[in-house]
Amino acid sequence: MTIITVNNQLVNVDAEPDTPLLWVLRDHLGMTGTKYGCGMALCGACTVHIDGAATRSCVLPLGAVGGRSVTTIEGLSSNRSHAVQKAWLEIDVPQCGYCQSGQIMSAAALLKINPKPNDADIDAAMSGNICRCGTYPRIRRAIHRAAELLETGAAK
Amino acid sequence: MRAVSDPSRREFLGATATVGGGLILALTLPYPSGKSGSAVAAAAAGPGGQLNAWLKIARDNSITIIVDRSEMGQGVYTALPMLLAEELDIHFDAIRIEAAPVGDAYVSPGNGGQITGTSNSVQESWDKLRKAGATARTMLVSAAAQRWRVDPTQCHAENGTVVNARGNVLTYGELADSAAKLPQPMDVKLKPKSSFQLIGKSRPRIDTPGKVDGSAEFGLDVKLPRMLYAALAQSPVLGGQVKALDSGAAEKMPGVRKVLLTPGGVVVVAEHFWQALKARSALAITWDPGANARLDNSGIRALLKKTAATGPGLPARTDGDVAAALQSAKQRLSAAYYLPLLAHACMEPMNCTADVRADGCDLYVGTQVQQVAQVTAATAAGLQPAQVRVHTTLIGGGFGRRLDIDFIPAAVVASKALGVPVKVIWTREDDMTHDTYRPPAYEEVSGGLDASGKLIAWKLHITSPSITERMFPPVKGVDDSVIEAAVNNLYDVPNLAVSYSRQEIGIDVGYMRSVSHAPNCFVIESFMDELATLAGKNPYDFRIQQLSKKPRQRHVLQLAAERAGWGKAPSGRHLGLALMEGYASHLAQVAEISIVRGELKVHKIVCVVDCGQMVNPRIVESQIESGIVFGLSSALWGEVTIAGGKVRETNFNNYRVLRNNELPELDVHLVESDEPPGGIGEAAVPLVAPALCNAIFAATGKRLRTLPIAAQTLAGT
Repeated sequence: MTIITVNNQLVNVDAEPDTPLLWVLRDHLGMTGTKYGCGMALCGACTVHIDGAATRSCVLPLGAVGGRSVTTIEGLSSNRSHAVQKAWLEIDVPQCGYCQSGQIMSAAALLKINPKPNDADIDAAMSGNICRCGTYPRIRRAIHRAAELLETGAAK
Repeated sequence: MRAVSDPSRREFLGATATVGGGLILALTLPYPSGKSGSAVAAAAAGPGGQLNAWLKIARDNSITIIVDRSEMGQGVYTALPMLLAEELDIHFDAIRIEAAPVGDAYVSPGNGGQITGTSNSVQESWDKLRKAGATARTMLVSAAAQRWRVDPTQCHAENGTVVNARGNVLTYGELADSAAKLPQPMDVKLKPKSSFQLIGKSRPRIDTPGKVDGSAEFGLDVKLPRMLYAALAQSPVLGGQVKALDSGAAEKMPGVRKVLLTPGGVVVVAEHFWQALKARSALAITWDPGANARLDNSGIRALLKKTAATGPGLPARTDGDVAAALQSAKQRLSAAYYLPLLAHACMEPMNCTADVRADGCDLYVGTQVQQVAQVTAATAAGLQPAQVRVHTTLIGGGFGRRLDIDFIPAAVVASKALGVPVKVIWTREDDMTHDTYRPPAYEEVSGGLDASGKLIAWKLHITSPSITERMFPPVKGVDDSVIEAAVNNLYDVPNLAVSYSRQEIGIDVGYMRSVSHAPNCFVIESFMDELATLAGKNPYDFRIQQLSKKPRQRHVLQLAAERAGWGKAPSGRHLGLALMEGYASHLAQVAEISIVRGELKVHKIVCVVDCGQMVNPRIVESQIESGIVFGLSSALWGEVTIAGGKVRETNFNNYRVLRNNELPELDVHLVESDEPPGGIGEAAVPLVAPALCNAIFAATGKRLRTLPIAAQTLAGT
């Protein structure tokens, strides 16, 4: 048994310590918002926050999570009220949608450390998240929009 | 409440039980058979005669619209309901969506089966779903008129209610029961465009909320009680078979429940996927590599070239006398082009969940071919097709990959063997090395010009495998999916010959987004630039002078050139253009690039699209952006290499696709039009490669006749 903190709750996980956090979240905890895309930290579909920082959960073994706090897309907000989610809805970013949890988690982590990113900042923070549908132009617009929502206090 | 649901799983029983408690609209439409897929469709459809249901109205006024096309990002869960809702007069935001079950009524006439493909969802639904909405509205109004004992002309529909001249109101839910008992009107009048409330206006997608909070359910996310997980070991050499298996070590590993030999490979079933994956690597398998042990890329290319040399193949289109025209031409040019194999690389790797019981099977799968999936599962389970219920999940990228069903049987066999639901998940590596690849094409093209530099002869000979022959045999004559964008020649040329030689390459090839439009548009639009150079003309002028029969194509070309600043490229920048008509849509693209020390940078892509009447312009725009990004990945880096029968590319580190930081500026312009809707999911893909290569020629004088661009040397001449 391993105890970890996911979305501010302590959870008991009965999995081998080498199990990637991704599969712990999906198969053991039933939180399927975090996606499997590559298993090698190449595509970003599995992005979660570990103590607030964007982290690829597909290469983070359960045994290495320790006492750090894990936040998944399910824990970003309870009602799609996070600034990034609001902006994503407003710009209608997703197409197939499969990579979008990861995109949103990467964008949310970026805005936490850089509330007013420019295009170069966005490129640097988001280049690890692949979208085969090509929602990139809208992702960029939505991140700028989320920054505005934060600035005006319309969302947090 | 999620707007998008799986009816068959969560509510189907309930819904059938309450059929009497609401209106299910049955609308039977005839459809022609004879397309290549129809035999499969007929075999797959099972017992016919079931009603064709598009709409459920419950007593509580909830409205459910059934969508018969798989949602894989192209927006059908929003665009198709908009068509029906336009005529039904309801609050669009309140509707719910269900994925259609397998049914005759959901067969696409154009595709010859219940198939989401060829970008025809809106084209085929345009009349059908508006009529379905109008029929339902007419029945609801009639039911209200009967209740009030007035003439239906004194009543009208309004936002989910029927209202009469005295101001009485009945909701659709109150009327649904009695409306369902009325005969269906045969002739309903559809709204003129001027009265559209929904169609033509951008509105948010119905599936977006679930895709921003993680609740949207893809195939990979299906959860069933007692479900086990499985990994599949497939022959590293494509087409190989298991010769010997020692699963002793794997079976002793934690959580492993069973190791099974199936036709597709070795299935390892465990309590959790990670356990299955670890146990898979403990399998000792000796593979019989089969016929492909020595297959490699250069051999495939040589094979196609050799076959091309044996003759012109089957004629696909012949106008005038090309041989004579080439002979008499003032100037002639010939060239050979080659297009590589490509991988679909959907973000959601292939997967399937099956729950097989003695009397039936529930199949949860992101599929573009519900009937074929049903028959495949039935065969694997030893059941009748009608005993298999297909639950179409949201699809994490289709691009044609999910027109194939190779990821289905292992889940069915494993579930049957274990007596519990089993989800088989392919890893990214499995997905990349066992794709049904976009086939390679070797294309020889010749053109002849008269003294004024006008095109008088055009000959194109395509040599490639036939996907349709593999998937829906037999094909009569030339496989339509090989000659796209080539038979519907855009340019004024009196003597034209397009022909096809089929050459298989020993591995499974599949339909990939825009199918043969991509290779053919690359060849045609690149060669048009070659001919323009031969004629001493600007590529824009050369094309525009030979589009007399294509006014819509002229228009998009003019607009694209204008927006891109054709002829006025900034210093160090170079432009290239491409045109295409496909899916009943008309497109022009202009690429703006620079090359510094042999290094290509794509600065901007302008794309002008006339796709006829748009249903939801915001979705159209996103699909065009999407197609450009997809086309950029293929043009710049897309190539699957085979050595010793194995695919070398395994993951996104060695099969490169475009990333956020590599995105050029996109300028998408949509032309307003009253023409019938055209397709938009695939149409923008093919133009990217020729536009880029034409720009590279403008920059360097070097003509690229093969892709990807990254594998070529761009240093100027």
